[in-house]
Amino acid sequence: MFVFSAKAKRFSLILMAVGVISLILNFTMSEGVSHEDVTHITSHEEHSQAVVGEHATGHSEDQHASNDHHETSSHDVGHDNHHQLVNKPWSRLFVNIFFFMAISLGALFFLSIQYAAQVGWSVVVLRIMEAMSQFLIIPVLLIIGLSILGVFHVHHLWHWMAEGIMDPESPAYDSIIAGKQGYLNPGFFITRSVVYLLIWVLGAKLFRKYSLQADTGSKEEGAALWSKKRTLSAVFLVLFAVSSSMMAWDWIMSIDTHWFSTLFGWYTFAGLFVSALTVITLIAIYLKMNGYLPELNHSHLQDLGKFMFAFSVFWTYLWFSQYMLIWYSNIPEEVTYYLIRFKEYKGPFMTALALNFLFPILVMMSRDSKRNMYFVITAGIAILAGHWLDHFVMIMPGTVGVEWSIGLIDLGIFCGFMGLFIWVVFSSLAKAALVPKNHPMLTESKLHHI
Amino acid sequence: MDTTEKIIAHGSADTSGHHGGSEKVIVSAMFNDDDILMSSVKALRAKGYKIHEVFTPFPVHGLDKAMGLKETRIAITAFMYGLLGLSTAIAMTYYMMVVDWPQNIGGKPSFTWIQNMPAFVPIMFELTVFFAAHLMVWTFFVRNGLFPGRKAMNPDPRTTDDMFLMEVELKGDRDQLIAILKDTGAVELH
Repeated sequence: MFVFSAKAKRFSLILMAVGVISLILNFTMSEGVSHEDVTHITSHEEHSQAVVGEHATGHSEDQHASNDHHETSSHDVGHDNHHQLVNKPWSRLFVNIFFFMAISLGALFFLSIQYAAQVGWSVVVLRIMEAMSQFLIIPVLLIIGLSILGVFHVHHLWHWMAEGIMDPESPAYDSIIAGKQGYLNPGFFITRSVVYLLIWVLGAKLFRKYSLQADTGSKEEGAALWSKKRTLSAVFLVLFAVSSSMMAWDWIMSIDTHWFSTLFGWYTFAGLFVSALTVITLIAIYLKMNGYLPELNHSHLQDLGKFMFAFSVFWTYLWFSQYMLIWYSNIPEEVTYYLIRFKEYKGPFMTALALNFLFPILVMMSRDSKRNMYFVITAGIAILAGHWLDHFVMIMPGTVGVEWSIGLIDLGIFCGFMGLFIWVVFSSLAKAALVPKNHPMLTESKLHHI
Repeated sequence: MDTTEKIIAHGSADTSGHHGGSEKVIVSAMFNDDDILMSSVKALRAKGYKIHEVFTPFPVHGLDKAMGLKETRIAITAFMYGLLGLSTAIAMTYYMMVVDWPQNIGGKPSFTWIQNMPAFVPIMFELTVFFAAHLMVWTFFVRNGLFPGRKAMNPDPRTTDDMFLMEVELKGDRDQLIAILKDTGAVELH
């Protein structure tokens, strides 16, 4: 039985406190953007305007619409910057919400795979996935909250929510975006988000419920519940396939409303899955190092490491597939997405690629390194940092343009969510035995040897 | 099944060729179950005997470790073959597409390799895999001496069907070894 120690509790509370302070700083410091700041940024913007060409025009429509801001700056571009600065604190928040949503959603997906594929080896780490998926409700509710704020024009993370953008009478009218109104409208958008919430949270709760039920019953009941979970996983995976793809279009791809990519759902999925696998592995190592999970042996660790390695490569494959087709065809409406990332986000963009591909492929390739906890921890931290940066680069260019920065506030918000995540996941782990008692393949998992 | 006891002495005529040199006496024991074979191998190794070779009709999981075989180095060769494939692909695309016959494809700069690199990544990937996979297989064949017309090395054809044959190097008292082999479940001794 895992005990959420006082030390770990204190650590997670400190992280949450750091997060709260960072959130306060995030909003108070950004609200006070003065006129001088805006004009100062304007001069910086002029040379980069060509670079962000499509992007700037994308925003030019709502410059005219929001007249309340207009008097603060006489310069059109400076005004656009002001708009982006309003988005900035929300974007910072959204990057972290989405990243932790991705981790717990990936864990839920991996959990259901274990039943659909009748997996034996992973039984000793199932409870970790269950615990991680219990966190899911928090970030998804936060994203729904953020989208409601967007609808009420507190921020415009999703560009298509801007005022008048779909109104032919408005000066902010954008006919291309208006053409997407059937799909991208506040009512349908929030309905979809609620549907994702229901599918995922219901899935997570049911898996957990059946799993806990099996602990109290007999071996036969455990086997019966296992087949029940197998049916559940089959249904859930179909729903997940659709909902995870649509979630990626809605929450991230619609930020760059003009742009679209047919494999974006897959790309987002690859990122969330590898992040989740990494966190599962890191939690397993944490438990092992603290004397829990004696059943977890080097073979389990190597298998988890293989997954981290394989899905890092899978992520790169999708990254490159998306990139190469757009680079090769060189169509303006597509290529602007990468132009701003190469010109204005080169640092985080390239670092993410290096951390998510080069680092895992070199560090995690050999069998021995996958069996060494310290190697796996190092690679795991690099993968998580890389995927955080990847989500940053997916979200920021469309919401704040050139006004991005990565600093202590981002780190602080990340810490806050990490604290919350640790609190929820560890409390959940402490509520039941670390290894499911009556799983029909428990012995196979304990004897796992490769 | 009758247990016959016959000891055949192998000398330096040992066909595997890895242990040439000193005179060795080999005791062969037959088993009819892979689990019994495994426990016997472990028991003998625990008593300090050296397992010379084991012939099985299918791969027995964990046997290589129980026998104390050295770890395979094929993974290292695979990595090096992959690097060779990658270098070949880079050299090939550079010579063909930049030096020898530059072409204007989709308006991409045809005079520099690095700026055209994304277009060459599929080739680099494929040749890396191709070299690693094929050369690894050929290395495996060469190291095992597998070629068309090669005579089978297993001393008893039943090891391709349902029997397991273990060759132990004799150390000390012969009767003692035979007793251990019988105790651990050998069904035939040669």
